[in-house]
Amino acid sequence: MSIKHGLLALLERGPMHGYQLKTAFEESTGGTWPLNIGQVYTTLGRLERDGLVESLPEHDGQREYEITDAGRAELAMWFATPVSRTDRPRDELTIKLALAVATPGVDVRAVLQGQRTATVRTMQEYTRLKASSDKRSDLSWRLVVEAMLFQAEAEIRWLDHCETTLARYQPETPAAAVPTPEPGQTAPDRTAPAGTAPERTARKAGRR
Amino acid sequence: MNILELRDVHRTHGVGDVAVHALAGVDLTVAEGELVAVMGPSGSGKSTLLNCAGGLDRPTSGDVLVEGKPLAGLTRKQLAALRRRSIGYVFQDLNLLHSLTAVENIALPLELDGVSPRRAHRIAVQSLDEVGLGDLAGRFPDDMSGGQQQRVAIARALVGDRRLVLADEPTGALDSVTGESVLRLLRARVDAGAAGVLVTHEARHAGWADRVVFLRDGNIVDTSGPLAQPEDLLATGGAG
Repeated sequence: MSIKHGLLALLERGPMHGYQLKTAFEESTGGTWPLNIGQVYTTLGRLERDGLVESLPEHDGQREYEITDAGRAELAMWFATPVSRTDRPRDELTIKLALAVATPGVDVRAVLQGQRTATVRTMQEYTRLKASSDKRSDLSWRLVVEAMLFQAEAEIRWLDHCETTLARYQPETPAAAVPTPEPGQTAPDRTAPAGTAPERTARKAGRR
Repeated sequence: MNILELRDVHRTHGVGDVAVHALAGVDLTVAEGELVAVMGPSGSGKSTLLNCAGGLDRPTSGDVLVEGKPLAGLTRKQLAALRRRSIGYVFQDLNLLHSLTAVENIALPLELDGVSPRRAHRIAVQSLDEVGLGDLAGRFPDDMSGGQQQRVAIARALVGDRRLVLADEPTGALDSVTGESVLRLLRARVDAGAAGVLVTHEARHAGWADRVVFLRDGNIVDTSGPLAQPEDLLATGGAG
């Protein structure tokens, strides 16, 4: 997603000047995407160059921008095009777990649990935020919070799935859940995964 | 004040080599105004924990206290009375009586407890009002949607002065928005001065709790601690 399409969508409501656009953008994204005013004007400049918006004559020192027919067509195309998720496999958590199962000495179950607790806590916070906003009529804002909740839930489900897969993969040593390298296999670099999670989780494992 | 307290609770099914330790030393307290969610994989002991907390199952060892009273010291009759008066259960299997109307389903346990039929009816109608079903008091469960039936079950669980609410996957197969309304009711009741335990495998539901405990092999392996101020979250940008 680009700021470009966000600004076009806002201008579809009616002409606005730069600061109004900045404020409206931040409101509609639930405050999750702060913009600086420079980004807004740079983007407006490009949109004008490409014929997607037009600047109106200056009024009280403020210049308003208006969407053009070409801009409307671009916006309609954007709404009609599904969002690609192709960058998901490069997500840090995915990589961390992929490395954890391949690194000797890492308690993968503990890594999973550490992440699960952190994500559930985030969900508790989002839920509170949502519950406290019942009086707000701002549907856009609510959708943003719910999107974050569903994404976090998907992560938890995936973590649960990883744990079950792991348990079934090594039924003889479910407590350890750490793959031992085959004889002759070179152990991967132990410094590869982020150090904090295994350390923290090692403590948890010891508590059990 | 702690409404529910589990102290080193063990529950073992079977003996010797075939013994299964459903709970292996669980300590848990739930205070007034607190909703605790219990998460964990199948077979981790979630439902056993809930059954022990609600006096539906007896621990092999350890103590369960409800409103400060140890359940172990109660006779069968006293335990039944405590379950009727102090504890509300919301289970996935709603256990509504199909030959009774919504309001009769709720009034029945009150009448069994000695409340006059007229008063029980009045309390039941009020309870249905609270879950937004005041207009459907005279309907039979079979003439209601799944979500409406679940609300009746919730109203029944919350009716009267019950201080402890125990819920096991209370949203069943409801769609996410209807399911959420069930969680809101539970949350509201807890905020009004009850204690709640919610067993769920859905993290979105656990999000309504003040604390989430994770069970594995009959042990609590982790707990999500106190919450930060939610307003701080959005400013820093997203769930990632």
